[in-house]
Amino acid sequence: MPQSLEYLKESPSQTAGPYVHIGCTPSFCGIDVYGEDLGKSMKTGPVTGQEITIRGTVFDGTGTPLRDALIEIWQADAAGLYASANETRGQADPNFTGWGRSPGHMETGEFVFETVKPGRVPMPDGRLQAPHISFWIVARGINIGLQTRAYFEDEADANAEDPILTRIEHQVRVPTLLAKKTGEGEYRFDVHLQGPNETIFFDV
Amino acid sequence: MPRDRKWQPDALTPWYKTSVKRSPQAALLSFPSTLSEETSPVFGHGMLGPLDSDLIQNFAQPGESAIGPRIVVHGRVLDETGRGVPGALVEVWQANAGGRYRHKKEGYIAPLDPNFGGCGRVITDETGAYEFRTIQPGPYPWPNGVNDWRPAHIHFSVFGHGFAQRLITQMYFEGDPLIPLCPIVNTLKSEEAIRALTAPLDMHRTSPMDARAYKFDIVLRGRRQSYFENRKEGL
Ligand SMILES: [Fe+3]
Repeated sequence: MPQSLEYLKESPSQTAGPYVHIGCTPSFCGIDVYGEDLGKSMKTGPVTGQEITIRGTVFDGTGTPLRDALIEIWQADAAGLYASANETRGQADPNFTGWGRSPGHMETGEFVFETVKPGRVPMPDGRLQAPHISFWIVARGINIGLQTRAYFEDEADANAEDPILTRIEHQVRVPTLLAKKTGEGEYRFDVHLQGPNETIFFDV
Repeated sequence: MPRDRKWQPDALTPWYKTSVKRSPQAALLSFPSTLSEETSPVFGHGMLGPLDSDLIQNFAQPGESAIGPRIVVHGRVLDETGRGVPGALVEVWQANAGGRYRHKKEGYIAPLDPNFGGCGRVITDETGAYEFRTIQPGPYPWPNGVNDWRPAHIHFSVFGHGFAQRLITQMYFEGDPLIPLCPIVNTLKSEEAIRALTAPLDMHRTSPMDARAYKFDIVLRGRRQSYFENRKEGL
């Protein structure tokens, strides 16, 4: 027998359950312990780039909106830099956190992010990705957080050469990853957990 | 490191009924991680209030405290290579000692504790260690089968150094007879996975005449070394 490879196993995921908002957005639940909920504002001052609003709803397999989900996004700034300790390519916009968290509207489930349009970020091999926002969705009934991305329908040229979008086998499903332009600086990105328009979810 | 989907729960677990209409049915799209997955926001210790990690006091009126068995929960956040993860944000939430959540959609008849909010948060130190104080939550019934009960548990949300490390899980308590009966616990695929979420009583870390202690280590996905070598310390 060789020596053992002493890697640990990732902790198993469990559903966020119906009360994830108590832990992650307590002010939204009327529990005033921390002050403003984390991730509520992505801008801490004047930002560079185009300011945009992204709205959307997460739907279950019956078409019913989820009203108990927690949605988080993570993205680069307008120059394609991340406000992260691991960002080694330059200094990201100091007034933009890149991270947002939304509990969704109490009645409709709609989430809203006031953010900026992200720049392009390279793959490890240097090819540029199309502008995109990473999404992470948890809720009751979701055993492990769902990862996906929103790209922009008005970035057709960048999307056409994106290394990930172009390798999707069922190209007919690519539109499920496109945020639709609904106005100047306004986008809509709905997420369908099941059904004919099931969003492409990522294992990455 | 890629996520081990054979170890993690499946999306569709029909005995946990809500998963039936909330589980994606198509195959996931796999690709190697990029900067978008390997970066994450920085959470500094400066954002924490002095009582954020003390659920016994952080919602209580002055001079009062939450009702229930007092415990310390401590452990480390590690990655799959065994390294501690410093600066990880750990957010917890739980029911009160009677099994009741402070939430307007909560329907259990057990009473609210006016001195218990049910949330806490902490950021790991330079070794990846964390600790918070709370009261042991009670088990509670929930609408799924006709008589399903959740074992006592604390919900954990953990934010490490990469957005793809993002994890939500639950901590169970050693010896709870409800653990093997719970449909949500049974989304886990093995005894080993259940053990990984079951915290043992840790008599070495008790506060004498004050609180018992439970130890709960959390493992996040491993990271490729290269992006993290020049990470600033002391976050
Ligand atoms: Fe719970």
